[in-house]
This record gives sequence, structure tokens and C-alpha cells, in this order.
Amino acid sequence: MVTWTDISGIKQKIAESSAEEVTASYLEKIGKSCINGFVRTWDRALEVAKAIDAGDQEGPLAGVPIAIKDNISTTGLSTTCSSKILQGYVPPYDAHVIGKLRDAGAVILGKTNMDEFAMGTSTESSYYGATLNPWDTDRVPGGSSGGSAAVVAAGEAPVSLGSDTGGSVRCPAAFCGVVGLKPTYGCISRYGLISYANSLEQIGPLATCVADIAALMDVIAGHDHRDSTSINRENNYSEALKDDVNGLKIGVPEEYFGEGIDEGVEKAVWDAIGKYEDMGASWKKISMPHTKYALASYYIIAMSEASSNLARFDGTRYGFRADGDNWHVMASNTRAEGFGDEVKRRILLGTYALSAGYHDRYYLKALKVRTLVKQDFDRALSEVDVLMGPTMPTPAFKIGEKIDDPLSLYLADVNTVPVNLAGVPSISVPCGFSEGMPVGLQIIGKHFDENTIIRAAYSFEQNTAHHTRRPREVV
Amino acid sequence: MITKEEVEHVGWLARIRIDETKSDAYAGKLNSVLDYFGQLDKVDTEDVPPTYHVMDIVNVFRKDEVTESMPQDAVLSNTEYRKEGNFKTPKII
Amino acid sequence: MVYENPDGVKIGLEVHVQLNKLKTKLFCGCSTDYHNDEPNTHVCPVCLGLPGSLPVINERAVEFAIRIGLALSCEIVEQTQFHRKNYYYPDLPKGFQTTQYDYPIASKGKVIIEGEDGERVIRITRAHMEEDPGRLQHIGTIEKSKGTLINYNRSGMTLIEIVSEPDMRSPKEARRYLDKLRSILDYLDVFNGDLEGAMRVDANVSVFGGERVEIKNISSFKGAERALLYEIMRQKNHVRRGGEIVMETRHFDEARGVTISMRTKEAEHDYRYFPEPDLVPLRVAERAPEIQKALPELPDARRERFLRQYEMSNMHARALTNEIKVADFYEDVAGKVNPKDAAVWVADILRGELNYRDLGIDAFAAKDIVTIIELVTENRITEQSGVEVIRTILDHGGKPQDIVKDKGLLKVEDDIVAKAVKEAIAENPEAVTDYLGGKEKSLNFVVGKVMQKTKGRADAREVRERLVKDLNDQS
Ligand SMILES: [Mg+2]
Ligand SMILES: [Zn+2]
Repeated sequence: MVTWTDISGIKQKIAESSAEEVTASYLEKIGKSCINGFVRTWDRALEVAKAIDAGDQEGPLAGVPIAIKDNISTTGLSTTCSSKILQGYVPPYDAHVIGKLRDAGAVILGKTNMDEFAMGTSTESSYYGATLNPWDTDRVPGGSSGGSAAVVAAGEAPVSLGSDTGGSVRCPAAFCGVVGLKPTYGCISRYGLISYANSLEQIGPLATCVADIAALMDVIAGHDHRDSTSINRENNYSEALKDDVNGLKIGVPEEYFGEGIDEGVEKAVWDAIGKYEDMGASWKKISMPHTKYALASYYIIAMSEASSNLARFDGTRYGFRADGDNWHVMASNTRAEGFGDEVKRRILLGTYALSAGYHDRYYLKALKVRTLVKQDFDRALSEVDVLMGPTMPTPAFKIGEKIDDPLSLYLADVNTVPVNLAGVPSISVPCGFSEGMPVGLQIIGKHFDENTIIRAAYSFEQNTAHHTRRPREVV
Repeated sequence: MITKEEVEHVGWLARIRIDETKSDAYAGKLNSVLDYFGQLDKVDTEDVPPTYHVMDIVNVFRKDEVTESMPQDAVLSNTEYRKEGNFKTPKII
Repeated sequence: MVYENPDGVKIGLEVHVQLNKLKTKLFCGCSTDYHNDEPNTHVCPVCLGLPGSLPVINERAVEFAIRIGLALSCEIVEQTQFHRKNYYYPDLPKGFQTTQYDYPIASKGKVIIEGEDGERVIRITRAHMEEDPGRLQHIGTIEKSKGTLINYNRSGMTLIEIVSEPDMRSPKEARRYLDKLRSILDYLDVFNGDLEGAMRVDANVSVFGGERVEIKNISSFKGAERALLYEIMRQKNHVRRGGEIVMETRHFDEARGVTISMRTKEAEHDYRYFPEPDLVPLRVAERAPEIQKALPELPDARRERFLRQYEMSNMHARALTNEIKVADFYEDVAGKVNPKDAAVWVADILRGELNYRDLGIDAFAAKDIVTIIELVTENRITEQSGVEVIRTILDHGGKPQDIVKDKGLLKVEDDIVAKAVKEAIAENPEAVTDYLGGKEKSLNFVVGKVMQKTKGRADAREVRERLVKDLNDQS
């Protein structure tokens, strides 16, 4: 059985031994791992841990090891979005969240595997190969932050950061049986997060328990003047850790239990809602009629933004460069050889959706549908405090099962993408098992009302035992 | 329906070389997705404004105050293609 | 006299103005003071377009833009946002240019110029903000280049692109428009027009109501005039030979003075504009009244005032107000001596000498011209000597008083002149007789004699007058 140690456990271990020993034990475990969750570890991790032991650095996360998704910029530590095109790229600057973590004394262990440029739901499209799900190594860990979820589930890091554009934190959290939060858009600075779809994505924490999510949020959330979409609003997340859902009004969108939902998933989620009722909350069914259009709207917007965001990878200033006797040929060869198939498909589709003659039909239409989806949330969340449903309609699927059929992969995101279109916060917590694989319960809140969903998630954790189950040791 | 020719044109717009032998296969996969996107045609969006930003904020500025630039070697540190402090690339045309 | 515009010439200009008087770039804090520095020393993750970097708008750049819009009598937009203009070129580090699209910050303005047949209104279509790309340098010529060098110091500088309607009917009017624009921008103190690349011009031109041809790569106002002269002649000849003008983009080859067609694939553009998700909208129109109030007196208004206040000729008023530095210089001088004398000396004499030497008004001290005007008006030196003092200062330096002394330019006393005149009349009876007999020219001989006697320090005009008077009295 894998040992999971939460932040308070880590602090105790540091007190008993040292930050250096704690970091060393994680690095050793990572070294023996077979799940391919890390794409590289940081050669200075032990040095940092030693400095903390020497008292050079204090802070709420002093000595706490953390894994970082490979699309969050780290000075001196290669950041590649798990893509060939960024091979060897070492950012000369830190992402805002990395600066915050360093200041808080966290020890960065390394970078975690992901779907190339965060474009996927399975972490199979990485240039470094697929990450395996610690619960069943024939299955995917979900994506795109599959590495960040898998290493936490496998006990290779106590906590991690991922990014969530259309479910990329919550999906792998659900598939790997850990907790993952997608904060309100604007809650965490995106400065240094390599963009996939800027208007949708947020960095989000993953952990084995809700308390650690709150502890990370207390460090990384908050205003940053370098991100124009960052909102200036103070909050204390750990204050929300209260076992109390008395009077909480829950809405259950019927559209989240649509076609293709797994029976085991459905049962686990309804059991969870029943549990909330026992705990003093009330629930009612609610309709969010535009949910079925959210997926197409989401993919059009994400691909359109991506086609532009990824234009800078042209071999001129950093990363991989292919041959070509003039610049345009060099750039198109570099991009043909440097990007994987799914990334190229999304760039082509996004380019097409924005191009003359199609802009209004696809891009503009998608933004109008986005308005309707957002209105669904505004309406629903004016009636209830939170929304609940399955994070993913199925448990983790088999590696290779969907990779050749992009559309079937896209369809798996049906319950997660509406949240990003509306910009609201959402957390996925373990709520049971189906086919022996973890199931995630998604709890969605109002804009900047993270504390209510954290309280709901924490209360659930205090009153259930799902989160106490561990995958077998996989070495 | 996206045609083979359109795939090649979009490939050029996006500076992604597409081998002629592969443009048919691309068209096939792209079309199944575009088909799916086509379901939005059914949604009535007359009088619905587009949502570009979910947060309703305006006028985010910074002061006109100089911050430090990067040293030249850091600017050029991620490429071997450089000359006399410049980036160097193949000729343009 | 009405200008007929026999060839139906229509010229519109797009002028890119670099706001180099801002301290920092448009979206980052890099200094704009890069002109004498090493390549790639004024860049940061933002203006180098590094993955994960995000733009934040320079507030003063927006104020400058509004200031320019108002000075061009434009309307200021209620709400606008930046768009991405997507195209691939190595000087563009993000693969798109951040610019304004459907809602330029200013639109529907006008500039009044001295046209072919009097005052002419040139309509301004729009003025929008955008970022400058980096600078390319071809190794060898552009066609046979071995490679391209890129310096991103210029990348991200604030540009205002000012687009006119095709209201100019000749290259001369285009030149006048450019001069006027520069004059207004100088008055606004938003840029230093002397720095390289501060104003760059693209022109479009059509003849006989035909298709318009765009001319790019014009680097100076003189170049604009030459390019247009060439292009109009080319189009006229082409039509005369039975050809048809097609819409196209041509490059101006400064060295050869010709425009060359660019028959490349890049000519077919599809910019896929969409709003920049990393920036939020601008709602700044309410600032316009305050900025309007603080606008300096502009060239037209100052000219009117000079006419009224100093009672000078229209020609002088125009000459003295085109350049703000000249106008300030003039007012400085006019406050100390007779303004009418000051107008003649500054507008005609001093500017003539400066232009001849390709110098600006900064090359001469206002207090020196004041001294010179005083010496002349007090009758202590001749006008001719005054000019000589100016020339000496410009060519060799020195103080007016010293030069006057060294060169012995002080006028001789009145009685010496009177004595010399008497002597000359007495010593040259033949010439006197001839003159009195009607041979006007003979007087010159006598004047010459007087000048000889006074060693050239007498004023020739005065000598002549005195001679005529004395001779008339005699006869
Ligand atoms: Mg422009
Ligand atoms: Zn910069």
C-alpha cells in the first residue's frame, strides 16, 4: 500500500528528521517509479531542503516537497509542456506561483508529465510517453495534469500543481483518487503558466486531502499586477476547513448524468449526495439546458486561442529548430516536426475557426454559446449554494483506448468544461469506486466562493472513508 | 466540410508543413470534429452577446516606470543560433 | 486658383509613430532608451514573447494616444480592447501583433494643410495603438541574404498608427501632410522625431480612379515624396500603354528611387483578428475632457495668435510655428526686442542660415540673436554685418560682441561719414557732373569712394542717401 503523507505529516517528519531527509526519500521513491509521472526532477531540490534545515528560509510550506506541472515556468529547471518543440527550454524567469512557493519554503521536486501543451484528457500525448494510473497501470491517469495527479496518488509527492483549462486538474484528480481544485478565473496569477487557452485556464492544486488544497491556496492565490486578469481580493482558504454543511443547498444538474455515464460512477455520486443529506444539507435537481453545447463551444474557443498562443514556437528564439532554407520554411518544418499530432490538429482547427469566412460561424458563435452556458450557472447558483455531479462520466479508461479517436476523448470532458466557460470554481473529491477505480465528486461554487466548496469537500472527507483507500505500491 | 486544399491552406496559415500524402487523412479527422462543432448551428444566439472575458473588469494598467530588463546572455541563453548579440535565422525569402 | 488634379491622383497615408518619449514599452517595463545600446539588452519575458509571459498596459501610453487623438480632432472611443493580429514573421516574437482592430482609440479626425490651392482638410480615418515588432537585419542584400539577424530591443515599443483618407492629390500635399503631422506631434511632446524609426510611412496611391497600390518601406518624408512621384508616373505610363492597375503592395527601394512589386505568398493575408484574452477592455473616454484641457497650444492656434499678437505676415507666422522649438525661440526673442524685427531676423535670416547648414534652431542661442538685433536696430552695426556675425557664430563659434570687435564691424561715426561724402564729391567732379546730367550709375562710383574712405564700415544705403541729398542740395 502506498503511504500518503499530508502537509502536517511532512512537517512532523521534518521536525523528527530533516527537510533534507524528507526530500531525499521522495527523490528516492521517484527514482524507483514506473508510472512516468515526473518528466524530470530538480537537481537543486536537496540543496534547497538543506537551506531550509539551516534556517535560511521559513514559511508556511518550509521543507514541503511539491511537484509542478511541466507548463509552469521555473527558473533554472527546464519547462517543456511535455513537447518536443520546447526541448531544452529553460525559463529565465519564475511563474508567479513558483515565486510564491519558493518564498513559502516549498521544495520543488521536479516537473510532471502532461498531455502535450495541456491538450488532452489522458496524458498519453506527451512527448515523454504516457503516465500510468497508479491504481491500475493499464489505465490512463486522466489529463492533462495526469503526472501531477498520479505522483500524488503514488506517494511520490505530497502535493502538486496542475492547470485546468477544461478539466485538466479535476479529471486526473478523479481518475487517480485525489483532490483537485480549479479556482475561479482570476484567482491565481497565470504569469508564467504557458498558455493553452488563456480565457479559460487557471492553475490549480492537487493533494491527498482538502486541508492541503486550502494550505496551497493560501500560498499561491492572490493578486498579481503582472496578470491583467488577476483579481484583487483577499481570502483565507484554511478558515473554510469546517465540518459543517448544515443548511447547505445543493443543486444537482440532471445534464451531468447524461448519455454514456458509467453506472458505478452514477451510484457513487448519488451515494455522496445522500451522505450530504444525512449531514444536514438539502438538494434538488436543477436544469442547465445549454450543457450539451458547452463542449463544442469550449473546444472552438480553446483551439482558437491555442492556434494563436502556440504561434511563438517557430524555432527562432528557443526550443527545437528544424532545417529550412528560408525562415518560413524553417518555421513550418519546425512546427511540423516539433508538435505532436493532437497539438497540430488543434492548431489547424483553431486557425480554421478564426479564418476569414469561418470566424463568425465558429469562433463568434462559440462565444455566444459561452454566454448562454454562463447564464445557466448564474441562474442555478442563484437558487443553490453549490452544484454537485460526477467529475468524469466514467472511471479511468484503458491506455490506447481513445487516443486514435480525438472526438471520443473530447466527449469525456462533458462535465468539466462548462465550469471553465463560466469561470466558476470547482473541486473534485474522491467519493467511491467503480470497477475498482476511483470516482470523483465535482462540487461547483459561485465566483470567488471557493470557501463554500472547500467547506463542503472538507465536511464530506470528515464523514466518509473514501479518501483513506490507497493504490497498491507500483514499482 | 474542410477540403484537402483548405487543409493545405490552413497548414500554411499556421506554418505547419503538411505533406501532401497526409492532407486527406487530416481532412478526415478534422471533419469529424467540425461536424460535431456544427451542432452549435442549432442554438439560437440572436441577441446573445459574446463572452470574451468572464470577469467584468476594465482598465487594468501599470505605471510608466522602468523595470529591469534581462541581461543579453540570458536573452540568448535558449538558442545556439545567435550572432553578435542578435538572434540568427535563415533568410526571410 | 483651383487645383485641377489632372491625373485624378488620390493619396492616403498610414503613419506609424513611435511614442519614444514614454519611459517604458507598451506592455512591459523595459526602458525605451535603447537607441545607442547593444542588441537584445532592452528585453524581458514579455517583449521577447517568452512562453507564459503576459502583457500589462502602460497607462501613460493610453493617455498619449488620447492626447494625439484629440490633437487630430478625433472622437475618442467609449470602450475598446486590444486584438491579436496573427501572422508569421521573425520580428514578431509572439507570432501575433497586439493592436487595435474594430474600435481604434481615436477616429474621424482631421488635419489642415496648405494644399495645392490653399487650405485643405485631410480627413483622419483612425488612430490606433499597437506594439512595434523587433528589428531585422539581413546579412547581405534582402534577396541574396545568407541569414537574418534579429534584435528585439524595439519589440513592444508603443506605436500610434495614424490612417488618413485618400485626400491628398499630389506628392507635395502628402509631404505637407507629413510635415504638419510631425509638427503637431512635436507640440504634443509625445515623441522625439529625430530618433531612428520614430515615424514610418506606408502610402496608398491611385490615379484616374483606378485600383489603389500600397507602397511599403518608406523611411523618410523625402522618401515618401519620391516614392509617390515615381509610383504616380509608373501608374500613368502603365495606363497610357493600355495596362490596368491591379491592387498590390510594392516596396520602395530607397537607393534606386523605384517601387518594386512583391509577388510573394505573404501578400495573401488572413490575420484572424480576435480580442486579446490576456488584456481586459479599456473604458477611458471619460478621461478625454481632462486631457483636452491640458493640451498645449497646437501649431494652427499658435499661428493665429502670432498673427494677432505680433502683427506679422502670414508667411512669417507659418514659418515660425511649424516647429515648436522655433516658435518657443521666437517668443523668447520677441519678448526682448521689437517682435517685428525679431520675426524678420528669426524667420528669414537665421532660419535661412540654419537650413543652409542643415542645423536646427538648437544650434543658436536666443540671447545671441537678441544681441545682434539690438546692435542693428541701435544702428551700431549694419544689417550686413549682423548676417556676418550669425555666419561666424555658426561656423566658428564665439560671442556677438567679440566678433563685432574682432572684425571691426562697428559702424563709423556720423561726422566721419559726412566728411568722407564731402571729400568724395570734391575729389570726383566728373562723376558728379555725370550723375547730375542723368547718368544714375555714376553715383555708384562715388559711393564706392566713400566706402573706401570709411574702410567699408559705413552703411552703403545710408551713404547713398546722404550723397543724393548733398548733391541735390548743391545743385
Ligand atoms: Mg500597423
Ligand atoms: Zn520588456
